[in-house]
Amino acid sequence: MSDKKKKKLTPVQQEYQAFASQREPKRPVLANSIRAFIAGGIICTIGQFFQWIFMTFFDFTDVSAGNPTVAVMIILAVILTGLGVYDHIAQWGGGGSIVPVTGFANTLASAAIEHRSEGYVLGVGGNMFKIAGPVITFGVFAAFLIGTIAVILKALGGM
Amino acid sequence: MQQFIIAFLVGGAICVAGQLLMDLLKLTPAHMTVTLVVAGAVLGGLGLYEPLIKFAGAGASVPISSFGNALVKGALSEAERTGLVGVLTGIFEVTSAGISAAIIFAFLGSLIFKPKG
Repeated sequence: MSDKKKKKLTPVQQEYQAFASQREPKRPVLANSIRAFIAGGIICTIGQFFQWIFMTFFDFTDVSAGNPTVAVMIILAVILTGLGVYDHIAQWGGGGSIVPVTGFANTLASAAIEHRSEGYVLGVGGNMFKIAGPVITFGVFAAFLIGTIAVILKALGGM
Repeated sequence: MQQFIIAFLVGGAICVAGQLLMDLLKLTPAHMTVTLVVAGAVLGGLGLYEPLIKFAGAGASVPISSFGNALVKGALSEAERTGLVGVLTGIFEVTSAGISAAIIFAFLGSLIFKPKG
């Protein structure tokens, strides 16, 4: 809780906040980090395997092979999500399963599957981006800002 | 083989960064992924993400931060050709494969699979 919010609380509430934060279970930061490292590392190694396939058999360069690799990882993640396996990976791996692009696909697929009972148009179509939306929104807006700045800097430098 | 080890180490390190953002700064997963995407976009704009992908391969291109980098890369390469309008037309140029695959297969998945648990 931020300090600003704290000032508005009554003394009793402040006391409770202090008590609650004392009782809050400590996060096992080190264990979480190690598990995230292993899970994320394995997912990226699998990605590297597909990248190797694309580079060896399909004439992609080390930079352009990233796209089909990501697509394959997404397909895998959707299948694992549908089978209910990705949940278990996420339970164990934490950030290691959220950070790779498979986590992005998992949020899309799980939202789509979860809301299918509300119908395909409003349920699946409407809710698919409920969790994954922020990534696209902020990514696109940041890219727009950076792109615009780069173009302006270039125009100024070119004068 | 060495490429696989580098991918494991770099990919794992980026995931640890995400985990630490959640544990130490108490961010929700959504805030954490947004932070990483914006960080990737900024690094992409500075031209620092491309060398990382060259070095680490999938270790840098599979984490979500590469999504931000790809958005910027598309915007910049299109802007090179058509100017300011290119920023708008080019943003999804590189990421098209990822987003299309995600939407198409998530939809197919919702047709096939039933919610579990």
